[in-house]
Amino acid sequence: MDSAPQGLNVDKIHVWRGDRHVLKGVSLALGPGELLQVAGSNGTGKTTLLRVACGLLRPEQGRVAWCGLPIAGIRPQFQNALVYAAHEPALKSDLTPLENLRYLVGLKRSVPTAELEAALERTGVAACAQLPVRVLSAGQRRRVALARVIAMRSPLWMLDEPFTNLDAAGSALVTDLLREHVSAAGMALVVAHHDIALPARLKRLELQG
Amino acid sequence: MSVADTLAEGPEVSAVRAMALIVRRELRLSFRRPEQMLQPLVFFLIVTTLFPLGLSLQLSLLRDMAPGVLWVAALLSSLLSLDSLFKSDADDGTLDQLALSGQSLTAIVVAKTAAHWLVSGAALVLVSPLVGIALGIPVAIFPTMLGSLALGTLSLSWLGAIGAGLTVGLKRGNVLLSLIVLPLAMPLLIFGAGATDRAASGISSAGALYLLGSLCVFTCTLAPFATAAALRITLE
Repeated sequence: MDSAPQGLNVDKIHVWRGDRHVLKGVSLALGPGELLQVAGSNGTGKTTLLRVACGLLRPEQGRVAWCGLPIAGIRPQFQNALVYAAHEPALKSDLTPLENLRYLVGLKRSVPTAELEAALERTGVAACAQLPVRVLSAGQRRRVALARVIAMRSPLWMLDEPFTNLDAAGSALVTDLLREHVSAAGMALVVAHHDIALPARLKRLELQG
Repeated sequence: MSVADTLAEGPEVSAVRAMALIVRRELRLSFRRPEQMLQPLVFFLIVTTLFPLGLSLQLSLLRDMAPGVLWVAALLSSLLSLDSLFKSDADDGTLDQLALSGQSLTAIVVAKTAAHWLVSGAALVLVSPLVGIALGIPVAIFPTMLGSLALGTLSLSWLGAIGAGLTVGLKRGNVLLSLIVLPLAMPLLIFGAGATDRAASGISSAGALYLLGSLCVFTCTLAPFATAAALRITLE
């Protein structure tokens, strides 16, 4: 009976920013176990597309649907299924990584400290868990943001430039995390410039200026 | 968990628990940066001290002016901290995360504004007896003064939240914020200073306090929705 489309469907999105027609009828579909890389040169609307897809930005035309339903009608459920890591790591510089995670992840699900610590351990910043974020480097902040993505345990990841500021080991970590997530039937919509080294089910969407 | 299952459930954390979490987070952030909390209070103390110095008033005249001075200073010092209500969250991307947390934006606004009032308005109410003594307000009318200030600063936090929500996307929104909020705060000033004034003259201040209370209920119930709507516009 269940013939409704699974996952995320973005259908013919048009977005205007002032006089600029940023997104001209962009469509994409993302199902379980798939990773979609959004590429394109600067200013082609990659971040805008991500903000539309997660519901922060309402498109002038077109629709975004989750499991076949427009996201406007299922906002809490859709947001619960989603984790969005913007270009900014969204961390409070006066709080420690652990506190940052607790306060943001805690809004979605009650999460034990040990699990947050494990997420920080996984992304290699467990040693900084008790330091204020303001003393961390840009790369370490990015790793804390990745720990948040893991700890949310959401099926749909939307990552905006997750490789920025990361060293080689960090980039490999992001690729590993994406591979694990996708092979566990997760979905990932990733804005990235260079190609992601994943074997299967990698889709690519090139935005034109 | 299959993808279709996600349609069945929102966040497992209830709105009340989420709000408590946000209040705790805001309070912790405030106490990590105590100077941000203390500056408006010190401003309040200094401005009210400047009046008697600058005007070299007679004590009787000072007593007459005291409620007005107290209230104007309270209004201005409350404005100082309003600018940061949503701004720092918007700047570092936390506001996006809050908006995508699955919790209603209105509930988030209520929690943030309540926490803001605790560290600004409530703190101001607590130091106001010092100012009252300095301005020669009789101790007997302190309860009226404190009550009117508590109601007034709470309403002001709510009015300010709307203004802060509207101006959060602007680079230098704090002047515009004052221009939006101050005209709306006039009724608070009239009835707040009026209540203290009446009590000082030995007339019943109940009427003014009731009006302040109704303004407080009015802002508390409607402002969260207006603020959430304003934030939604800014997030785009």
